[in-house]
Amino acid sequence: MAEKYWQKEIETASREEIKAIQDERLVKTVKHVFQNVEPYRKRMEEAGLTPDDIRGVEDLHKLPFTVKQDLRDYYPYGLFAVPTKDVVRLHASSGTTGKQIVVGYTRNDLDVWDDIAARQLCAVGADENDFVHVSYGYGLFTGGFGLHGGATKLGATAIPVSSGNTDRQVTILQDFGSTVLCCTPSYAMYIGETLKKKGVDPKSLSLKAGIFGAEPWTEEMRQQIQELLDIKAYDVYGLTEIMGPCVSYECSQQAGMHVNEDHFIIETINPDTGEVIPNGEVGELVFTCITKECCPFIRYRTRDIGVVNTEPCACGRTFVRMSKPMGRSDDMMIIRGVNVFPSQIETVLLKMGYSPNYKIYVDRVNNTDTLDVHVEMNEDMFSDTVSDIKKNEEKLEAELRSLLGISANVKLVAPNSIERSMGKAVRVEDKRKLLGGKK
Amino acid sequence: MSIRQISVFVENKKGSLVEITDTLAKENIDLRAMSIADTQDFGILRLIVSDTDKALSVLRSKNCIVTETAVVGVRLRNEPGALATVVKVLSEGDINVEYMYAFNGSTPHHAYLVLRVNDNDKVSELLLKEGIKCITQQQVSEI
Repeated sequence: MAEKYWQKEIETASREEIKAIQDERLVKTVKHVFQNVEPYRKRMEEAGLTPDDIRGVEDLHKLPFTVKQDLRDYYPYGLFAVPTKDVVRLHASSGTTGKQIVVGYTRNDLDVWDDIAARQLCAVGADENDFVHVSYGYGLFTGGFGLHGGATKLGATAIPVSSGNTDRQVTILQDFGSTVLCCTPSYAMYIGETLKKKGVDPKSLSLKAGIFGAEPWTEEMRQQIQELLDIKAYDVYGLTEIMGPCVSYECSQQAGMHVNEDHFIIETINPDTGEVIPNGEVGELVFTCITKECCPFIRYRTRDIGVVNTEPCACGRTFVRMSKPMGRSDDMMIIRGVNVFPSQIETVLLKMGYSPNYKIYVDRVNNTDTLDVHVEMNEDMFSDTVSDIKKNEEKLEAELRSLLGISANVKLVAPNSIERSMGKAVRVEDKRKLLGGKK
Repeated sequence: MSIRQISVFVENKKGSLVEITDTLAKENIDLRAMSIADTQDFGILRLIVSDTDKALSVLRSKNCIVTETAVVGVRLRNEPGALATVVKVLSEGDINVEYMYAFNGSTPHHAYLVLRVNDNDKVSELLLKEGIKCITQQQVSEI
């Protein structure tokens, strides 16, 4: 099947063209925020900068960062760069920690968003013949409206199902002939399991692809979803502060998400020092909006840890690709000098057939960091002989060592003994911090 | 010939064994034999019970991790040298024993041995040649 593009010219432009576009748009955006957003002007002045100091992407690193707390400090409209008469939409993010944040969109902002969502849909093979089943929530959350706008602009048929009522989701999948499913990966799993329970053969559906994001998921989950729903599952990335879903998008290659570089500049930084680090190295992802009118945040720190890949992609797109976020910089542990994310441990557990219920204990014994992973036992891993269970433990330890690069002690614990959380699970207990050691 | 053994995962912490024995007691399940294999982190409680199916289902309903294994139950005369005879037969027959445990029956004349081996039928045959009988699942309830 030939690769589909929504805006082929820009999606496959040369790196020189992309750089020229970014230079021009960055300069314009910096002027825009300097003139219209008081806090940005103040910060630039404090840093001894005027818009004239920013002549292109190579000057970007001079500008101060924007962080989530800024959106809270200037809540609700203090960072808007246009008068509210030009704002046609608001979205908000509840944030699992702290006060909600709000962002605004002008008509042009929405137009750009629709385009990048249409790029995502085309990249998974959709066109005007498709039925796009949107099970992201519609509301202040950006998920529903984002993909909906893209489907409409593409000329596909948008089905605004929104989230919840899984029985009805199944009925609509069957009756309306949905071909592309958009929702969170965990909800896709749930829909898949519901199909199984109801005895609905996924092959009897018209579904061929899924666009899943808004929460962390692993390659193993991708395999499970692909099997459960008999589709190709694609990753999408976005955040309310930057736009919503489709800031970056996966293509037919399923090998990282292309960043819409004509609208956003991506940087990787060392989360501790704020220094820019080279592409290809793991660090915190930072985005600068270069076409937005209402909320063109400059150097927004996402707290997501990932890698930017500049290798050419077989799909023909020239936009750089970012990896699936490996975790939040807040979650990153440094153990014996090695960066470890809970999500890596989860990947191994799922691959080896264990439940994703686990708890990580980090400690320091005799000046050496220790990593203990408690995993719930299940019947598949259980045996009447100690040697069989030890073998399973050792296999798991070997797999963890090979992925993490450091050794971990596995302890198998009773089922349901690791507490379940209603919201974000607390996976890590770092006892080193309790001892007053350095973070 | 074999009998059914239940193994239960027991985490090494206060109260985990009580939960299992309480559950079985409440359901009126009689323990015929038991043994515990323990490691630093966890134990495996192995049981021969009066009603295996019921025990499996109530333990699973309490979220216990259980598994069922076919083991050999051997009836011995309760006298010196009885175990020695069995062990000799196994050794000469080149049988590898994963684990074993013994218990007394309700009469003083017999003792019983539970053997975890690879080939239950072969072991039963070898023992029978020496006049040592293995018990059936039905006989478990008569012990």
